[in-house]
Amino acid sequence: MSFLEVDDLHVTFSTEDGVVRAVDGLSFGLEQGRTLGIVGESGSGKSVTSLAVMGLHRSARVNINGRILLDGQELVGASPEAVRRLRGRRMAMIFQDPLTSLHPFYTVGRQIDEAYKVHHPKAGRHEARTRTVEMLRRVGIPQPDRRANDYPHQFSGGMRQRAMIAMALVNDPDLLIADEPTTALDVTVQAQILDLIRDLQQEFGSAVMIITHDLGVVAELADDVLVMYAGKSAETGPAESVFNRPQHPYTWGLLSSVPRMDRERQERLVPITGQPPSLIRVPEGCPFHPRCPYAKLNGTRSFDEVPKLRETGEPGHLVACHLEAEVRARVFREEVRPRL
Amino acid sequence: MGAYVIRRTLAAILLLFVVSAITFAIFFLVPRLAGESSSQLAAQYVGRDPSPEALAAVKKNLGFDQPLYTQYWQFIHGIFAGRTFHYGPDASHCAVPCFGYSFKTHLPVWPQITQRLPVTLSLAFGAAVIWVFTGVTIGVISALKRGSIFDRLSMGIALAGVSLPIFFTALVSLSLFSYKWAIFPNLHYVPLTQDPVAWAKNLVLPWVTLAFLYSALYARLTRAGMLETMAEDYIRTARAKGLNERVVVVRHGLRAALTPIVTIFGLDLGLLLGGAVLTETAFSLPGVGQYAVQAINENDLPKIMAVTTLAAFFIVIANLLVDILYVVLDPRVRYS
Amino acid sequence: MPGSTKRVRRRTGGRRGKTAAIIAVAATGALVMTSCGSSGGSSTSSGAGPSGSSAKAEFNAGNKGIVNESDHAGGTVTYQLSSTPDSMDPGNTYYAFMWDFSRLYTRALTTFQPAPGQDGLKLVPDLASGLGAPSDGGRTWTYHIRPDLKYSDGTPITTADVKYAVERSNFAPEALSNGPTYFHQYLQDNTPAYQGPYKDKTGGLNSIETPDATTIVFHLNQPFADFDYLVSSPETAPVPQAKDNGSDYVKNVVASGSYMFASYQDGVGASLVKNPNWNPASDPIRKQYPDRINVQFNIAQTTVDNNLIAGNATMDLAGAGMAAATQATVLGNPQQKAHVDDAVSGALAYVAMSTNVAPLDNVHCRQAVEYAIDKQSVQTATGGPIRGEIASTILPTSVSGYTPYNAYPTTDNKGANSPDGLQKAKDQLAQCGHPDGFSTNLSARSDRPNEVAIAQAVQASLKQVGINVNIQQYPSGKYFTDNAGAPAFVHANDLGLMMMAWAPDWPTGYGFLEQILDGNAIKASGNSNLSELNDPNVNQMLAAAISNTDNAARTAAWGDIDKAAMQQAPLVPLLYRLDPLYRPDAATNVFVTPAYGMYDYLLVGTK
Repeated sequence: MSFLEVDDLHVTFSTEDGVVRAVDGLSFGLEQGRTLGIVGESGSGKSVTSLAVMGLHRSARVNINGRILLDGQELVGASPEAVRRLRGRRMAMIFQDPLTSLHPFYTVGRQIDEAYKVHHPKAGRHEARTRTVEMLRRVGIPQPDRRANDYPHQFSGGMRQRAMIAMALVNDPDLLIADEPTTALDVTVQAQILDLIRDLQQEFGSAVMIITHDLGVVAELADDVLVMYAGKSAETGPAESVFNRPQHPYTWGLLSSVPRMDRERQERLVPITGQPPSLIRVPEGCPFHPRCPYAKLNGTRSFDEVPKLRETGEPGHLVACHLEAEVRARVFREEVRPRL
Repeated sequence: MGAYVIRRTLAAILLLFVVSAITFAIFFLVPRLAGESSSQLAAQYVGRDPSPEALAAVKKNLGFDQPLYTQYWQFIHGIFAGRTFHYGPDASHCAVPCFGYSFKTHLPVWPQITQRLPVTLSLAFGAAVIWVFTGVTIGVISALKRGSIFDRLSMGIALAGVSLPIFFTALVSLSLFSYKWAIFPNLHYVPLTQDPVAWAKNLVLPWVTLAFLYSALYARLTRAGMLETMAEDYIRTARAKGLNERVVVVRHGLRAALTPIVTIFGLDLGLLLGGAVLTETAFSLPGVGQYAVQAINENDLPKIMAVTTLAAFFIVIANLLVDILYVVLDPRVRYS
Repeated sequence: MPGSTKRVRRRTGGRRGKTAAIIAVAATGALVMTSCGSSGGSSTSSGAGPSGSSAKAEFNAGNKGIVNESDHAGGTVTYQLSSTPDSMDPGNTYYAFMWDFSRLYTRALTTFQPAPGQDGLKLVPDLASGLGAPSDGGRTWTYHIRPDLKYSDGTPITTADVKYAVERSNFAPEALSNGPTYFHQYLQDNTPAYQGPYKDKTGGLNSIETPDATTIVFHLNQPFADFDYLVSSPETAPVPQAKDNGSDYVKNVVASGSYMFASYQDGVGASLVKNPNWNPASDPIRKQYPDRINVQFNIAQTTVDNNLIAGNATMDLAGAGMAAATQATVLGNPQQKAHVDDAVSGALAYVAMSTNVAPLDNVHCRQAVEYAIDKQSVQTATGGPIRGEIASTILPTSVSGYTPYNAYPTTDNKGANSPDGLQKAKDQLAQCGHPDGFSTNLSARSDRPNEVAIAQAVQASLKQVGINVNIQQYPSGKYFTDNAGAPAFVHANDLGLMMMAWAPDWPTGYGFLEQILDGNAIKASGNSNLSELNDPNVNQMLAAAISNTDNAARTAAWGDIDKAAMQQAPLVPLLYRLDPLYRPDAATNVFVTPAYGMYDYLLVGTK
């Protein structure tokens, strides 16, 4: 069993318009020392998944089913207090926008102190601050003892995210979830932050879950990739395998839409046609079929039957697609690869 | 930060002068523009059926025969240096700060106001303690239990609280608690220094009545503020750190939601210190508000003017304190 | 009357809706008026039994007799007031309730006998040992004060202090401007004019002589037989010159009555305690029943009412009736109603008709209005019978000389709303040449909702006969100086009709009638003869009555003047005002004095 084991996870929200199936039967595993990249468009359920793992869904309208095991401990249905004790200590999270994610009225140092002290109740103020300064230094903030007394708005965007990372890692967690950690940052800073996460992961040896819509980030960091679509896993496998031999038409679409410097403008981006599906009325059959250019290649199957994850022949690489392996291989070879 | 405070203080002082000039203009310039002669103006400062001598004395004392800027200068000068009025048997000295002299009662106005200020302070601060505590508590609980029976019930009562005029709630509470059940019979103001227990006992009903209105306002404000802040990203961060919910709500949510409430609180309190007119009148409390009503009934302009100036003063000061407090509360202001 | 430009008015309380009265003054003539018992203050009590000195606590009991008569001493009596008095300085007040209340701590030369019913109109010597002795045809009045009188500080009271009190209260408007200045008006002035004791330190007013410490002689500039009434004003209460500091004297009034100030706080209240230097042997009317008398100002009227009902207060100092809300509750509860006395305030509400504004300059047009006004609707508008009795005479029932009659009767007083009233009004309109009616204006004081309500009732009934009335509202502060009381304004603005309320400074016919009927009293501003009636016959009758020293004949003359004036229809009497007063269980010796139109405060104690 993996360190983090998610099994048949369902997350639904009751709304006035109907039940939103944000995550619908998702399963994956993550080992310590490894990095999982979860990719997908907005609304594909990736953030919902990460919040479910952290136990941060608090609305009475949320219904979570399935299993989430952290180092063997069941989180779904566990007492909120038990999950709270894990949060910040065994699993920590950094968010997309470090400016809004840090409290504007408290100094950065105080917010990190607080994160430390809550799980080290016996720690004095001095001990906490020492730890905070050490963490700030570790994430590359110059003059950390002085900067600890600054407020978030006095930090630059990249510095804030470094501080967020310091806060997340202050208790040496076993699982770090990074939800779009670089989306709100300048491109140059993005790379630094990714480097930092990678370095720290190697140093701390924790499991890292990167949530992003940016395949570049995944390519940079991830050992494994999980492509989500409409709350389900579309394709999953080792990064090398998924990137080099993507199997799902949706993954092809994502890869085609990654900007590349070395291509002409008009052919640079090939967006996936159509809109992400409504999670209240998910399309029958394969949820991707309304947008899939190849849906008709195998009769009406894509319209009627929900595809299951199945082996692709490569170790650990699974895909949920009705297309026959040979068809997929041909299409990829002839149509997709030239565009990448 | 020091520069900010100094800048704000200077602005407040300037504002006070502007306010005093406007007040002065309302009382002295506008009637002139409306065509009142200096004698007619002077007639408003003395009792009924003034003798020509009395009129002349007022005209001379208030300088109605002099240019307006001289009159204003005398008014301002009086505040800092006192004034002497030659009216009545002996010259009446109006000591610093001379905010006016009532020619109807032959008394300087300021000592009468300072005499009444403790009453208004007692009422305002007592009520403020109650309404901040209850209003904020109810608002927080309502926000956290949004949609619950508690939320609906308390917001319904709060709607009634903000809708019902204070003279109505005051009369109802008086007739129930003072007369029908006689829990607080025979209400009358007792100075704190004389008997703290009697002071509090006699003020409970006015406090609660006044606080009812404001609690309702603050509950609604707090609820709205909490709903907004509790949806902020930093609340999610706080939870992600593993903080327990009470800490998340109080230290992170309330702390942020409270900032605008503190602002409004400062202004409300400043407004009340200028005289809680309705409450003081309804409960017969001899405070500044009642003094203002009395002055208006008697058409005693110097008193009205002094109370107006005082009320403006409190609001300007409250504004200044709120501005300074804002710096303490919100570091983003401090460093920008 | 050199030097006197002050128009004086008696104010009957600070509450809105209350008539402020007004008047100037006074008369020569006699002092006795006990002969008019049939027309007195208790005439409004319905089904009243025989008057007695002590009465059972029932509705209007305090109008007829003394309720809870008791000589029980001790306890605290609390007076509450919804406003503030103009001053507690006896020389600087014009509120009727202060004239009543100030007698607790000051003694004027004379005062009204503390007794219920008509006996309360009788003047008795107070500081003086007897009523005034007139000489020189009523131009000179001599009083002797009682021997061995002392102030609360133990110093002796002399007639020089009485003289000083009159001088400060009447000749120093720069310091004490609230009280009336009758003495200034009727006493011979110095040459050059006396400037008052504060400006003129060299000597006093020559026309007041104090040949010895217990004698005082007043020299008037005309015969004035009502002088004993004049000296019942607190302005003759002695003030020691050494302790007087003008407008600040109110903070430490030196007492001559049975109580003295223990504390006084401007705008807040006062506390009185027994005066140890008051000698009961020198004072036949005062007692020292309560140990302490507290006065609290600025208590909301409904709170005052409720405190009376709950027994937390003893008296409503204003004596002007309950708040509308409390009145309704109290009268609806038989138990509480038994504690109410509907006191005759002494004021008359009326519509004055200008004799100089067309077409009301024609007496028939005025008489049409007399017949047309539905006084029942007016009574309803003002709050019903509890607030006013329908009037047909100028003199109110509590004034000496009141003679009941009705010059313009209509069925049930319903005016144009009765067939005969409608017919009579139309006949008069035809005679004045406006058979289909006419249009005119009616002035009222905008800040007196009650007066405006009456004006609207008047407007409605006049419409029945085709008289279209436009109501013009003016602020009360300038009503007499600039509007209704300024004839030029009245003419220019066609104020044919003017709302008015009037009360005497003391209850004699002359005091009531002279200012509102005498052509010689018409003034360019501050006029009270709003009708501008200048009828030689009425003027002559007033002058003749003033100089008539025959008390009975003079008293009868007031009624004759009333009738003669009403032939000219200068005004439409609407209501004799009544004030429902609440009498708490615990209050002792409670009765209404017609002299002030409220409870007599002199003997009130607590059980």
